[in-house]
Amino acid sequence: MASVHKFALGSIAALALSASAAPALAQQGLDEPFQKPFREALAGKTVAYVPVAMNFDLTEGWYAGLKKELEPFGVKFVIRDPNWNTNAGAQAVTSLISEKPAVMVIHNPDVQTYAKLLQRAENEGIYVIQINMGSAYRSSAFVGANWIEIGERQTEGVVKACQGKSNKIAIIQGALSAAASAYTLKGVENILAKHPEIKVVSSQAADWDAAKAKAITQTVLKQNPDLCGIVGFWDGMDIGTAAAIKEAGLTGKVFLATSGGGERKGACELVKNGSFDLNMSYDVPTQAAQMAGTIKWLLSSGAKPGSVKGSEYTTLIPITKENADTQTACWNLSDLKK
Amino acid sequence: MKRVRISQQEIVFAVFAALFLTFSVFLSGFLSADNMLTLLQNVAVLGILGLAMAIVVIGRGIDLSLIAALAVPGGLVLQMVQNGHSLPASLLAAGLLSIAIGLVNGWLIAYAEVPPLFATLATGLFVAGLGQAALFQLDVVQWSEGMAGFERLGQGSILGIPTSIVMFAIACVVVFILLRKTRWGAYIYAIGDNPFASRVTGIPSRPIIVLQYVLAALIGCFAGLVLAASVNSMPTRIFNSTLIYDVILVVVLGGIGLSGGRGGVVNVIIGTLLIGTMLNGMTILNIPYAGQNLIKGLVLLIAVITDTLLNPRNEETAQQGDI
Repeated sequence: MASVHKFALGSIAALALSASAAPALAQQGLDEPFQKPFREALAGKTVAYVPVAMNFDLTEGWYAGLKKELEPFGVKFVIRDPNWNTNAGAQAVTSLISEKPAVMVIHNPDVQTYAKLLQRAENEGIYVIQINMGSAYRSSAFVGANWIEIGERQTEGVVKACQGKSNKIAIIQGALSAAASAYTLKGVENILAKHPEIKVVSSQAADWDAAKAKAITQTVLKQNPDLCGIVGFWDGMDIGTAAAIKEAGLTGKVFLATSGGGERKGACELVKNGSFDLNMSYDVPTQAAQMAGTIKWLLSSGAKPGSVKGSEYTTLIPITKENADTQTACWNLSDLKK
Repeated sequence: MKRVRISQQEIVFAVFAALFLTFSVFLSGFLSADNMLTLLQNVAVLGILGLAMAIVVIGRGIDLSLIAALAVPGGLVLQMVQNGHSLPASLLAAGLLSIAIGLVNGWLIAYAEVPPLFATLATGLFVAGLGQAALFQLDVVQWSEGMAGFERLGQGSILGIPTSIVMFAIACVVVFILLRKTRWGAYIYAIGDNPFASRVTGIPSRPIIVLQYVLAALIGCFAGLVLAASVNSMPTRIFNSTLIYDVILVVVLGGIGLSGGRGGVVNVIIGTLLIGTMLNGMTILNIPYAGQNLIKGLVLLIAVITDTLLNPRNEETAQQGDI
């Protein structure tokens, strides 16, 4: 005990001494020891971005968000746009591996195609961040939506809206080859397993195509005018589903749940005008910020690529009539690009 | 003994009739007036495109740039209105763009004598690329306030008939009159039947070829506007889809030979009805996607094989599928 007291007294004395010297120190400023290595770790590094295609709200949003976050630190940001061509994408990833960027941000077209390539990239010392669509290989980081959760929450919304009604629902899937579509369907099945009273009268793939979605929905609504809800897999496609509901005069009677990146024109505006009843948004600017944060952390950590692996599943924003008017529920691509 | 000759058109019509009867008997809800209208509505845009393709194919050409001519001018209207231009100005710009696409196609084929397959493949790629790189901000161009009212081109109904069917009917009538009642139409058939003979007889074959492609591009633009109006947006990525094959299918299946000079509007309607009936029946049956492709392929194969068996090919009867 005595020694503790002695130590405490000594510390107070030391504090008093340093206090008398403090004014001089304050004038000189204090160096923060970690910012310089951080800046050095980022400056001049190359981050390569391989989306499935540019020119749609998600990939444009991620691009703008990453650029805004990383370029001020002297990071060189390059993009390879395979324009929906899986082979071109695999070639882009292969050639990037030999170009050795510090980080690759990869948006997988499916679970398998890039898996081996991404493993090779991390073995060669490149951090790989996979976004929104993961592959079979688990890399340094995954940032993106949990499709199973999206399917579950959309279906919960539809099931709730169906209470006391016909309990007949339809499912408009995306493309059969897309894992995002298959995962979402799994989520739908999870909820339907708990609700045996719900009858699925139609479950068809519309290939992410609004015109096909509209054609399917029209036929289904003619056969089942008492349908109470539809689970759609992407808002860009379900604009067609919504058009079919509107033409049948069933807006407000058929509950339409969909999902997307939350861009104002494609999400909030359409919820406001009654086209969609629920749009599960994976808020693209937040995803972009999380990607950028992960890149900063990885580059400054000095961790060996592939030695740490983690996931950042996006917190979903359910957009309904209640919040569609707010500033924060949706984002504008034009603002993000500024 | 006289052999029974049944044309491709009749075979396809028979397949359509058989399918239609089967669905009507076994599928409750298929043969309702409502469902018939839906069936037609779902293939109206395909039918309009089929008409455009028919004009070109009858004149012994092919237009692979048709989907680009649907997506890009249509998308341009939506994008310009979104950017604050007036609707009439945007429509005018889209019309001019369509005419330009047609003129370039026609000039390449008629004057530079590039085979239509390559010329239109290239212009299609160019136009789609132009749209993506320079005109559109996003692949899916959304409807905006300024377009209010225009959606009536593809939604709602006129006298109880869905508007897109009415649009298809109007297009059918216009193309029918053009092909069968005007001198230009007769020239198109003549050029398709024998381009060299028609030139010798004094038909202005080169300007008529240019006209074919300009008409095709304009009809394509019209189909694009109907499509955009019906889904409240323009998915310009449709260029990457397999829609062009469906269009060629409608034309060839309906009995318009790719060697030119034969067929007409009726053939397009028959081809469109067959595709529409198949799609509608399979959607009601809730057949999974892979199964749908299998059945579609099977029905087409049956139609083509029956035709080959009944009408064996030789140099004189060479027709559809023989480029």
